Amino acid sequence: MKKSQIVEQAVHLVFLLLGLITVGCVLLITVYLVVSGIPAIREIGLTAFLFGTEWVSTAAEPKYGILPFILTSVYGAAGAILIGVPIGLLAAVYLSKLASPGVKAVMQSAVSLLAGIPSVVYGLVGMLVLVPGIRTLFGVPDGASLLAAILVLAVMILPSTIKLSITALDAVPKEYEDASLALGATPVETYCKVSVPAAKSGIAAAVVLGVGRAIGEAMAVMMVAGNVPNMPDSLFQSVRFLTTAVSSELAYAGGLQRQALFSIALVLFLFIMLINAALNFFLKREKE
Amino acid sequence: MTSIITVKDMCLWYGAHQALHHIGIEIPEKSITALIGPSGCGKSTLLKTLNRMNDLIPDVKITGDIRYDGTDIFSREVDVNQLRKEVGMVFQKPNPFPMSIYDNVAYGPRVHGVTGRARLDEIVERALRGAAIWDEVKDRLRKNALGLSGGQQQRLCIARALAVEPRVLLMDEPTSALDPISTSRIEELAMELKEKYTIVMVTHNMQQAVRVSDYTAFFLLGELVECGQTDDIFSQPRDKRTEDYITGRFG
Repeated sequence: MKKSQIVEQAVHLVFLLLGLITVGCVLLITVYLVVSGIPAIREIGLTAFLFGTEWVSTAAEPKYGILPFILTSVYGAAGAILIGVPIGLLAAVYLSKLASPGVKAVMQSAVSLLAGIPSVVYGLVGMLVLVPGIRTLFGVPDGASLLAAILVLAVMILPSTIKLSITALDAVPKEYEDASLALGATPVETYCKVSVPAAKSGIAAAVVLGVGRAIGEAMAVMMVAGNVPNMPDSLFQSVRFLTTAVSSELAYAGGLQRQALFSIALVLFLFIMLINAALNFFLKREKE
Repeated sequence: MTSIITVKDMCLWYGAHQALHHIGIEIPEKSITALIGPSGCGKSTLLKTLNRMNDLIPDVKITGDIRYDGTDIFSREVDVNQLRKEVGMVFQKPNPFPMSIYDNVAYGPRVHGVTGRARLDEIVERALRGAAIWDEVKDRLRKNALGLSGGQQQRLCIARALAVEPRVLLMDEPTSALDPISTSRIEELAMELKEKYTIVMVTHNMQQAVRVSDYTAFFLLGELVECGQTDDIFSQPRDKRTEDYITGRFG
């Protein structure tokens, strides 16, 4: 074998190893979560764990029901989608179809900047502005609530929603829009009735990505949601998310409590996996 | 013979480039007018000006006078969407929407405020019959239009244009992306449609102009060289350049 071929092979091997590091991390995390998450679920019982409505981990007779966290995460993500997606989608339609090049450039860099802000900053602003604001506006004793978390999450999912939707809308063939305009439809009718439906797979991917981001976010929601393990019966309830349930007790937990936290992490992980599968499905369809 | 569209002394610029020079032409009602000429001669540009699709291109400047049914199409009182409803367009590449065959045809009427299932069903059937494609698609109206063949897609696009009840149909090389059999079907269809509609057709294919059109206009380098009855243009052209082009000396 020639020297150059040996070098080529060696480089190839290095790249392969580097690639395997990523795969290895995913595998390691999966295996670790499953192994450390299963014992507590077996001890508590799957139904009592998933559908128990009470989480009192430090009481003399502790209860480990995580339904409050699951529902909070689901409601939080749903609320964020409900508010964030319409805003993001309409912003994307504007930027993709209507905005002048100058406005588009400025707004797109603002959107990128929004994506780059650390979540602790979102949390901080939420804590200092949103929480007191909700308290005064709605006259509730504590503004740290599900509503505050939803609003913060809605802003946090905006950048990815806007960017993915723009990509999808930009890819809509101009021929479709020309055909619609030539039939006497106005530009706005054309964008709503032709462009957006034609871009629906990409927009669905944007929504799913937003759900993933909202479910996975910890720091910002910990700071504005009150972080109390209540059932989320009202928008003004102080609540705790799946993510924050893990992070807020891990520092001092031991024994079954500690194991239960790993089980929560496992549940969260399964949620994210499910969302990723959905995302891949939509992105694949977008390509076809 | 009455003219439905009259163009007088019309010039058009894309930025600094002048694409059309002092065009004057009349489009007779209920007939087929073919616009012929080599690539880049401005024939498609003229076509797209007649329903103001050129408005969508930045830096377009137009001078002169274009009247549709006696009204200046650039005047403030003209609703461009109403103009495009009456002056429909069929594009070079078949471009059905990525939706069902039914929704493609119903799109225009819906945009213009037609509701009610029975009324829409009636319009869709009439338009599809008008475009000679009803028998081929009547059993799969709910299927995606992108599943049709190229020729069927183009006839569907004609049906979609007919569904808003236009008076004029602009066709921009409607058969250039199609095979010979589909082409002859579209040509037959065009000749049937001229009973009710006025058709202006851009074509690269001189045989096509001879076969289907009543009037022909020959363009060269942004100028209208000659126009008149198709028979006259092809048998006894007045201009040397027309003669050179139709006898295949350039183009």
